[in-house]
Amino acid sequence: MIGGLFIYNHKGEVLISRVYRDDIGRNAVDAFRVNVIHARQQVRSPVTNIARTSFFHVKRSNIWLAAVTKQNVNAAMVFEFLYKMCDVMASYFGKISEENIKNNFVLIYELLDEILDFGYPQNSETGSLKTFITQQGIKGQHQTKEEQSQITSQVTGQIGWRREGIKYRRNELFLDVLESVNLLMSPQGQVLSAHVSGRVVMKSYLSGMPECKFGMNDKIIIDKAGKGGVTNEAGKSDLGGGGSTSGKQSIAIDDCTFNQCVRLSKFDSERSISFIPPDGEYELMRYRTTKDIILPFRVIPLVREVGRTKLEVKVVIKSNFKPSLLAQKIEVRIPTPLNTSGVQVICMKGKAKYKASENAIVWKIKRMAGMKESQISAEIELLPTNDKKKWARPPISMNFEVPFAPSGLKVRYLKVFESKLNYSDHDVIKWVRYIGRSGIYETRC
Amino acid sequence: MEWANQLCENRQFGSKMTDSKYFTTTKKGEIFELKAELNSDKKEKKKEAVKKVIASMTVGKDVSALFPDVVNCMQTDNLELKKLVYLYLMNYAKSQPDMAIMAVNTFVKDCEDPNPLIRALAVRTMGCIRVDKITEYLCEPLRKCLKDEDPYVRKTAAVCVAKLHDINAQLVEDQGFLDTLKDLISDSNPMVVANAVAALSEIAESHPNSNLLDLNPQSINKLLTALNECTEWGQIFILDCLANYTPRDDRESQSICERVTPRLSHANSAVVLSAVKVLMKFMEMLPKDLDYYGTLLKKLAPPLVTLLSAEPELQYVALRNINLIVQKRPEILKHEMKVFFVKYNDPIYVKLEKLDIMIRLASQANIAQVLAELKEYATEVDVDFVRKAVRAIGRCAIKVEQSAERCVSTLLDLIQTKVNYVVQEAIVVIKDIFRKYPNKYESVIATLCENLDSLDEPEARAAMIWIVGEYAERIDNADELLESFLEGFHDESTQVQLQLLTAIVKLFLKKPTETQELVQQVLSLATQDSDNPDLRDRGYIYWRLLSTDPVAAKEVVLAEKPLISEETDLIEPTLLEELICHIGTLASVYHKPPSAFVEGSRGVMHKRLPARTGSGEGTECPDVGNAAGGSAPEAAPSIIPSQGDLLGDLLNLDLAPPTTTGPTPSTSGMQMGGMDLLGGGLDSLLGGDIGGSPAMGAGFGAAPTVMPASLNAPVGGGLGDLFDLGGGVGMPMGAYIPPKTVWLPAMKAKGLEISGTFARRAGVIQMELVLTNKAMSVMTDFAIQFNRNSFGLAPAGPLQVLTPLGPNQTIEVSLPLSTVGPVMKMDPLNNLQVAVKNNIDVFYFSCQYPISMLFVEDGKMERQVFLATWKDIPNDNESQFQIQDCHLNSEAASNKLQGSNIFTIAKRTVEGQDMLYMSIKLSNGIWVLAELKVQAGNPNYTISLKCRAPEVSQCVFQCYEAVLKN
Repeated sequence: MIGGLFIYNHKGEVLISRVYRDDIGRNAVDAFRVNVIHARQQVRSPVTNIARTSFFHVKRSNIWLAAVTKQNVNAAMVFEFLYKMCDVMASYFGKISEENIKNNFVLIYELLDEILDFGYPQNSETGSLKTFITQQGIKGQHQTKEEQSQITSQVTGQIGWRREGIKYRRNELFLDVLESVNLLMSPQGQVLSAHVSGRVVMKSYLSGMPECKFGMNDKIIIDKAGKGGVTNEAGKSDLGGGGSTSGKQSIAIDDCTFNQCVRLSKFDSERSISFIPPDGEYELMRYRTTKDIILPFRVIPLVREVGRTKLEVKVVIKSNFKPSLLAQKIEVRIPTPLNTSGVQVICMKGKAKYKASENAIVWKIKRMAGMKESQISAEIELLPTNDKKKWARPPISMNFEVPFAPSGLKVRYLKVFESKLNYSDHDVIKWVRYIGRSGIYETRC
Repeated sequence: MEWANQLCENRQFGSKMTDSKYFTTTKKGEIFELKAELNSDKKEKKKEAVKKVIASMTVGKDVSALFPDVVNCMQTDNLELKKLVYLYLMNYAKSQPDMAIMAVNTFVKDCEDPNPLIRALAVRTMGCIRVDKITEYLCEPLRKCLKDEDPYVRKTAAVCVAKLHDINAQLVEDQGFLDTLKDLISDSNPMVVANAVAALSEIAESHPNSNLLDLNPQSINKLLTALNECTEWGQIFILDCLANYTPRDDRESQSICERVTPRLSHANSAVVLSAVKVLMKFMEMLPKDLDYYGTLLKKLAPPLVTLLSAEPELQYVALRNINLIVQKRPEILKHEMKVFFVKYNDPIYVKLEKLDIMIRLASQANIAQVLAELKEYATEVDVDFVRKAVRAIGRCAIKVEQSAERCVSTLLDLIQTKVNYVVQEAIVVIKDIFRKYPNKYESVIATLCENLDSLDEPEARAAMIWIVGEYAERIDNADELLESFLEGFHDESTQVQLQLLTAIVKLFLKKPTETQELVQQVLSLATQDSDNPDLRDRGYIYWRLLSTDPVAAKEVVLAEKPLISEETDLIEPTLLEELICHIGTLASVYHKPPSAFVEGSRGVMHKRLPARTGSGEGTECPDVGNAAGGSAPEAAPSIIPSQGDLLGDLLNLDLAPPTTTGPTPSTSGMQMGGMDLLGGGLDSLLGGDIGGSPAMGAGFGAAPTVMPASLNAPVGGGLGDLFDLGGGVGMPMGAYIPPKTVWLPAMKAKGLEISGTFARRAGVIQMELVLTNKAMSVMTDFAIQFNRNSFGLAPAGPLQVLTPLGPNQTIEVSLPLSTVGPVMKMDPLNNLQVAVKNNIDVFYFSCQYPISMLFVEDGKMERQVFLATWKDIPNDNESQFQIQDCHLNSEAASNKLQGSNIFTIAKRTVEGQDMLYMSIKLSNGIWVLAELKVQAGNPNYTISLKCRAPEVSQCVFQCYEAVLKN
């Protein structure tokens, strides 16, 4: 298991050092600094073995977190733990920075003591951690016996993510379907690979211990319901909204993963998503689709080399969704060679600028409606070089935000049942929002 | 400390007072000041002071001098202060053991506190105080906490048992904590179960044979239930533990798989990978024609692909594992090529791994896409990545014949870029393409030759020279080209020199007339002016060949070459199987078995995939264990060390490999063929120098059982004293043969009674059987087969019962055995399951052989090697036994043991007690070292055994007892 955990600043000075196992000594702290942080070349692997000791590291801004071990630990678990550790710290004191870490070092030690025991990760849900580890000293001494046992049963319990006795005057929930659409297209306009990775993020403000059921237009469910002749409950409780441009009824989900509150065995057997939600904001599920993706934009590049000192670039973008919808924050990034000496740009819409420090022409458009097209053309002057190596021609990348889900996913219902308290599904105010953003959206040129 | 000073300034300017201020003090009298503050009456001041102490500790300053003052602050009801003091204690208790004892009282008291959080805190901390004196006091509080009413305390106590075991294993066993821990597996709280499983798994790892986890269908069921309810981390512990279980049959295997598959949708990648591990392992047992098998294969692909959208570090872990999975079961991901396409912004470690997998998945169906991608990658910036991409193109050519032409033309395009390292890499792979498709692409040689000057890496130069030599007859100026390399012959690396030598000899054989001078030149350069022995030897061999028989030389040097394989860098199958059992762990990231990077006994265990249970096979199959529903094969540790280890051992131990005379079959595990061949020559060559080394003597000298005369010669320095063998060694006696016992009673075998024993005679293992026909009819057609067993015993020939066995007739047969059969670990280790067939039926029985019959004749270790090996084997592997009521003196004992190939290497007498040091070698190459203590007049012997595979110790001890008492 994890033998020790160190946090360093960008210079390699130790901010936090907690050793869990006897086989890890103080020299491990220095070994990592010398061999990884101060290493001359770029990091070639997130796992480093130095003198039979393995170091796992992740970086957050300029802070290094390293977990150390001498055993054959579960490597995936160690990284998951390090990410979790970052989340926990962030939820306690915001951004992970040198200053914040120093200001909260007592708190961090306390957390490390709680979430890692002898190198074994323990309950790391911030919701329950915050019930007994707080920034203003520990509540401990003033609690009643009931409170204490409530804390411990929650920390160890089946529903470690939610405490009992939550009350809201207004029961409300917000669902965000956040998708990032990824594309790699050849210069000829052929889709080399495309996928959507989506997340359903939920903010719940619900009283008691509500039982929730979430439904979407998953092809498997819809087909099953269709065959069985069961009336589609979506008709009644459809949360509406959605901006999907296509008329298709269901989507094929390649794979999905769920927050630990979701009953996985139930999903496996019935494909129904049921859970008792954590309080506040959390990620309910992630999913991935590759079929029938709506690609909101198409980029058509045209690069021509005129002699050895000039390049002509023309890029057309076409929006491909309902004309009534508006895409926002559109940015097209056209890479330029390293030996660029000057650039002239003309664009029909938005603003374009050559940024020498980034070796790219950045073209920004604030808003663009569906089924439109726009164009930029640029002349790039090159300095003559004797460098034999050809310019690598990095792909043209794009950023944007659209108000629909490019995968075609639609929320069909989210039902809330709380049998002990006197509110019903109808009393809950529900909000749904769809946002599609560009992930890695690249066209080779 | 720089930042500490900066902050100091902030403080002076009166900025916000936060915790970072504690990092500031660096003045000289600091410890003094802190001492005063720690002893202050004011609580707040105390707390501040402790915070400062912790901050200094973090930075690496020694604040151990404050120990008593900090511990004084422990008695407090302020939980925050308490936690800080505990943190300090954990750090310094070991260096101040005497003072640490002051803390015990507080721990004991805190374990009784009404607040469960405080009870848990106390039990958590006290396990981290690694002071022997203290641990004893902690047993009682721990016992109470293990049975605490609060699950939070219980789950903390469970982990504490593992901590305590790490400090003092014996204490934990004596106190019965292991049983309490086992009980916690049935706890009502899932988190307690998960932590108990984690603790038990860890403890079990250091006791490979303890059967501590005792996994059976009932306990597995409990684990599977807890799996649905516990935290993500708990799920990982449970899944990793499940992976060590071997289901009894394919049905159990399937039902476990069914309950594990839902985990594949967990958001935590580690849960997913651990579930994949369980499924990959248990899948081995499912029959391939089962519908469920196909379903399972299909279910595995999507979660593996999803792992690639995780953070880059996790992607890396996932990719390293996918690399293994693709090698083991290529069908799972064969349609998922696209997801492994490299993204421009991937970190380099992700890019390189993706590329590796792309090559493995390349097939005729997707080759066009793959090639287009690879061509893109070859223009990227990172040199390593570009090289790998170029190499990948070559590999595609070799793997998919239809694409070879396209690959070659792509490579040629790349060569045109004239980018130095791209050109070199391309030439290296083109050489392989030439070998795979001879006489097909030689037209490109001209283009290659143009780039001769730009090659500056040895591998590329060597490849180019190989090409020139191989196709010398088609290259007009081959002699000029090679000659140009010859100018700087001595500056070239060995690789290039060797290649140049061979190429010029090839050239000479093809165009003898013009190149005589050249060949002379290179031969003299290689043989006279070089001090590299490889080069010189090769030079001489060519020279002699050419001067004695040029025709033969042509046949040898220009012989047809074997085809090169399609796949490269494949992991060796047994290692791959082991790594599959370690999916998700560091071993799977490094692609090395844990023993390669973990110290101590933890890494020694080798895991293996379970065997497929045969459902269709009939009774003829000797797999009696499975077919007859006997004990299921244990998956866990195989006692056969991996090839690598063994080779290492051998290299360390035997300077000269055993070349036993006489009819020894291939019992001695690893034979070094090459060395055997040269044995005679070496002997005469080196004879003079090595007279003093006993092992060499034993290896080459007379019959192996005779002790070499040189044994008394001092080995050197102090070693001689230690290993003074006192009196000479008497005549060896015969090996011990246990009396015959009835293995198969007539009742169970339709009248056939079999009794027997095992013996080792002149290096041959024999199974001596007595067959008695107690039935009324004649028995004929006898045959025998063994189930797989721990040491690969197998009949070396058929069972020789030539005449039919009439009623009431008895026949004695002796069956020679070999040790090259299939291996599977049995329990007990020396158990052998046998199937005997006759004209009536097939009968099964099992018997146990004395492990002494596996002791080989050349088991005598050199003294120094013995010393080194004894030290090298970790102490955990040592086991001690008592032999009671044995009335031999040490000399007689030593003689007796030698008869069974237990060799006394040295003897030492200390205060009337004789210590005999002995070595034994098993037929599979495992060495056992022993120390036998004999006290004059005391009939009880003490024996300590050390072995890299400690499982055999028990069996070896039994042999000692049997040999000495008979």
